[in-house]
Amino acid sequence: MAENPKDPRGLPRTHPRFSATYTPDVMAEIRRAAATGIYDIRGAGAKRKLPHFDDLLFLGASISRYPLEGYRERCVTEVVLGGRFASKPITLKTPITIAGMSFGSLSANAKEALGRGATLAGTSTTTGDGGMTEEERGHSEKLVYQYLPSRYGMNPDDLRRADAIEIVIGQGAKPGGGGMLLGQKINARVADMRCLPPGIDQRSACRHPDWTGPDDLEIKIEELREITGGEKPIYVKVGASRPYYDTALAAKSGADVVVLDGMQGGTAATQDVFIEHVGIPILAAIRPAVQALQDLGLHRTVQLVVSGGIRSGADVAKALALGADAVAIGTGALIALGDNDPRWEAEYQALGTTAGAYDDWHEGNDPAGITTQRPDLADRLDPVLGGRRLANYLAVMTLEAQTIARACGKSHLHNLEPEDLVALTIEAAAMAGVPLAGTSWVPGKSGF
Amino acid sequence: MPTFDLKHSPLRELNRTLYALRPDTNETHWTVTGPDGRHAIAAGLDAPISVEIEGNVGYYCAGMNKHASVLINGNAGVGVAENMMSGFVHVRGDASQAAGATAHGGMLVIDGNAGARCGISMKGVDILVKGSIGHMSAFMAQAGTLTVLGNAGEALGDSLYEARLYVRGSVKSLGSDCIEKEMRDEHREQLFAKLQAGGLAGEIDPSEFKRYGSARRLYHFNVDNAGAY
Repeated sequence: MAENPKDPRGLPRTHPRFSATYTPDVMAEIRRAAATGIYDIRGAGAKRKLPHFDDLLFLGASISRYPLEGYRERCVTEVVLGGRFASKPITLKTPITIAGMSFGSLSANAKEALGRGATLAGTSTTTGDGGMTEEERGHSEKLVYQYLPSRYGMNPDDLRRADAIEIVIGQGAKPGGGGMLLGQKINARVADMRCLPPGIDQRSACRHPDWTGPDDLEIKIEELREITGGEKPIYVKVGASRPYYDTALAAKSGADVVVLDGMQGGTAATQDVFIEHVGIPILAAIRPAVQALQDLGLHRTVQLVVSGGIRSGADVAKALALGADAVAIGTGALIALGDNDPRWEAEYQALGTTAGAYDDWHEGNDPAGITTQRPDLADRLDPVLGGRRLANYLAVMTLEAQTIARACGKSHLHNLEPEDLVALTIEAAAMAGVPLAGTSWVPGKSGF
Repeated sequence: MPTFDLKHSPLRELNRTLYALRPDTNETHWTVTGPDGRHAIAAGLDAPISVEIEGNVGYYCAGMNKHASVLINGNAGVGVAENMMSGFVHVRGDASQAAGATAHGGMLVIDGNAGARCGISMKGVDILVKGSIGHMSAFMAQAGTLTVLGNAGEALGDSLYEARLYVRGSVKSLGSDCIEKEMRDEHREQLFAKLQAGGLAGEIDPSEFKRYGSARRLYHFNVDNAGAY
């Protein structure tokens, strides 16, 4: 323990004390705001501490449950998405998919690496705002085409050559928000794909231009099914805010798959205040979404894909145990490719940050060559090596999830259930609807 | 000339039949009867054929059209010719909201009036409305032309990018960053060409129109413009 500082008479003085409200970070932001007059824009998802999968634990098998033999007995990981209405549903070898990230926010090499990695792992990757590139179509065996409010680069030919269509209503980092791709990243190719002049800040709309509300959404889904001959699974992606109603409305509108993104899910760029204060963590969103599907009798018929802070096989297993059919990763995939890698520390320092904290993805100066359109930086990412690294990461996560599932006696990841889980905190217990560890108490429900 | 009656056959069958046509097909002119406001009629066409629809259509008629020519002898619901890439879509009656939304190319002609958000986020299409258009038309319009023989509602061209708006009648109000611009010879020539493409060559005097476009003040985010947002 530090000694008290002394006054000139040698008597102990008060120890310097920081406010818990006006923390050094808060004060730094006030000074920055006062000096610039503009809010902070950054990439990535919520950085604040949130109730998360770390607050859950699995109860392994014991006398009352029978485990499966690691490395011997099968634990199936395959998942089929879109079988509700689509005549060609997607079969994935692992329930871990790659979330939508745009060419524009990411370099062409990064998009190619994501496609290569996903294909090696037998899973899908997803386009983003700005359209489909040849690199990602060519290197992605299963490619989900995002249908976004901006319709940048939206082309019926790409719709027809996609393996699934994801209607994006919102994303976890900014439910209710559009996007802004700043001019630094709008090179000639990006501008051409989006039908806008190079170098200007491009606003991505927050609402779809030609439909409003769930009744219209149903008609939009009908149109997309017509144009693709009823073959492609249609996903609807929402940012986690009112997961029960959004999931119910998406399902009632005819979605094959609902994608639910928590506030930890990353974005290419938006206001820090939006990322940190709008939306809810994924842990709080899964159970209400599953409940909505169960109330409609559609759980497992309409698949639920969840995202936002999925980092490990443990997170995958926990999300699935809460009732999700699959997960999506974005930030984790970028880290696997080399985002925020300490090998670029000198350059992060030059940008006024440090490896692990770099989030000015919108500025286009990413030393790792991922969130940039600068050729000199983008060339640093080898898409073949990047793809292999991503495939490795996906393999590790899948093995980890299987390890946990076997320990719980499950022969399929989908057999994991809420009864396999307990919570370490009251908050997590309430959100996940599982008992506080060592008790039978599910806050708000039972056992108290 | 094949005729398809939607009163007796499902829409999916019509659309599938049209999708299966090859670019060199001899069956180039189709008539659709009994549309009864169905949605997504002739959406997603991808061949140089012409389709004539006898009656009113619902949402997204001729949506995402490529190459085809679609004539609607009636009124059109929300999002007619949305995201059209090329071709020609002609509505003989009125059109609802979001006509020609996000369309990248081709031409959309509406003989009557169009509702709100006509040409929203348009990306290169040419839209010609012989009547008037509703509020928030050409919102965030990126490229192409919107020509209106009648009047425009409130907030025309809000947050406009590079699309050009030609309006002959009154404009109730202009949206953020949309201003009236000088009509120079190049604009009169462009307008004449669009009127001609819409079947109005020589019938309308381009000099009767005013041109509206982007002041380009919002192209780069600047806190001093916060009041405009």
